[in-house]
Amino acid sequence: MRRFSIITSPALWVGVFFTALLFGMPQLAPAFEWSFPGVSPPVFERGSFFALWLSHAGLVLAASGAATVLGMVLAIFVTRPAGRDFRSLVSTLAAVGQTFPPAAVLALAVPALGFGPRPTIVALFLYGLLPIIENAIAGLEGVPGATREAARGMGLSPWQLLRDVDLPLAAPVILAGVRVSVTIAIGTATIGSTVGALTLGTPIFDGLAGNKLPFVIQGAVLVALFAILTDMLFARLERWLQLPGTQPAV
Amino acid sequence: MIDLDHVSKRYDGRAVVDDLSLTVPDGAFCVLLGPSGCGKSTTLRMINRLVPFDSGIIHIGGEDVRGVSPETLRRRIGYAIQSIGLFPHWSVEDNIATVPRLLNWARNRIRDRVTELLELLRLDPENYRHKYPHQLSGGEQQRVGVARALAADPELLLMDEPFGAVDPITRDALQSEIARIHAATKKTIVFVTHDIEEALRLATVIAILEKGGLAQWGTPLEIVDQPASGFVRDFVGGESSGLKLLGLRRIAERMRPGETATGEPLSAEASLRDALAAMTERHTDRVPVADASGRLIGIITLADLVR
Repeated sequence: MRRFSIITSPALWVGVFFTALLFGMPQLAPAFEWSFPGVSPPVFERGSFFALWLSHAGLVLAASGAATVLGMVLAIFVTRPAGRDFRSLVSTLAAVGQTFPPAAVLALAVPALGFGPRPTIVALFLYGLLPIIENAIAGLEGVPGATREAARGMGLSPWQLLRDVDLPLAAPVILAGVRVSVTIAIGTATIGSTVGALTLGTPIFDGLAGNKLPFVIQGAVLVALFAILTDMLFARLERWLQLPGTQPAV
Repeated sequence: MIDLDHVSKRYDGRAVVDDLSLTVPDGAFCVLLGPSGCGKSTTLRMINRLVPFDSGIIHIGGEDVRGVSPETLRRRIGYAIQSIGLFPHWSVEDNIATVPRLLNWARNRIRDRVTELLELLRLDPENYRHKYPHQLSGGEQQRVGVARALAADPELLLMDEPFGAVDPITRDALQSEIARIHAATKKTIVFVTHDIEEALRLATVIAILEKGGLAQWGTPLEIVDQPASGFVRDFVGGESSGLKLLGLRRIAERMRPGETATGEPLSAEASLRDALAAMTERHTDRVPVADASGRLIGIITLADLVR
């Protein structure tokens, strides 16, 4: 069963399709030329799509990585006895981060951080924090009270309780939050191109500015496939990490 | 020996346990009995410091429980609760091995101990060792919970209504198990319940708690026969305290040696309540009594029951 499941996996085929487009877009020039006569060049060529994707993925990785680390630390802190009083404050701050439109964050961050990737990372980081914190808190608070009570009663230290009981049992819910956050960040990262970051949004904004629809399509399709592929890989990771005797979160 | 000396616990100024003193002798099966909110669970949880107490002192074997870290203390005390709290992501073996692993036992020793405990709780080791909690029935889960509490061979076992959530037949079987384990291991057990029948069946000594204080302390027979207050009488007996009393006395105490009667003999170790039930079923006022080997040694009559 398992050998076949890799070949029949949609994630594999989406991955193959995405990679083929990433490297083979210039080969599709005749098709774009035929569909959109008069647009020249027919395929975005101010940089390779692979280089754009690498930069795009790097921004998402930096922002989501930082959001995951900070989100986990905060969620763990506010679910321990010492940090309980800060729980609602942290939730509120994370919600405020999410309500700020990333475009507004970019506008505010550029004067402070200059053009380039840094304002984009800040915007993605703030925007991605909420789903991670909310899910991590929900996951940690969802660990059955009886299990924690028994663990404490048998003499697990607070650190052992966190490592051996809380985190493994909360992991599916935590991972689901990271999955949502990363998927959103991949889509949102495109606007970084308006402040000088290289992303798969660069062809989109170039196309919009220069009235070149094929560029918009090329960028948008790649971003969408990248987001879908990442989401599918997270789904696989969730199944792979699924603990015996537990259900996946979503 | 567990010694509670003027121990109190308050929540928001309200005393849940109020200046409680009691001493549980080594090897006792001590049942803390009382209605909801009487402080029995809190008392139990103060012994392993899951609940910090506000005043007083608790000694286990002469040692102040606050003299060591809570983790060290708890690893020396078995703990089983009604909701069991097995780790759902660990196998039965790993669950039982929790405390031995915390104590860094060698791998072989842990495996042997798990086998021994599964056998003690009448779960086939090869069949159950690698199962996960969600694959077990409620009764099997509670057996694993008890095995886990016994794993590191603690001198003291704390049990908080461990059989409260299982069906009556399973509860009956588990009560027999824990009585057998107590008789075999001579461990000191402190057991919380609100079920008077369970208390009378298992306890060597009962502490009845009322509003955080001790209402009565005594053997099951003393509690039923000489209730110290109206509260104890109401809680223990109600109208059928006479039947409970019969349930606590053995036929051997009232039988007439040497006489004979017809019919299936009862064991001398059976209770007077069993004798009454047999007489009622058989429409007779006398039944023969046999010893453990089945030899007839006398009779018991209806009149003997009420003597």
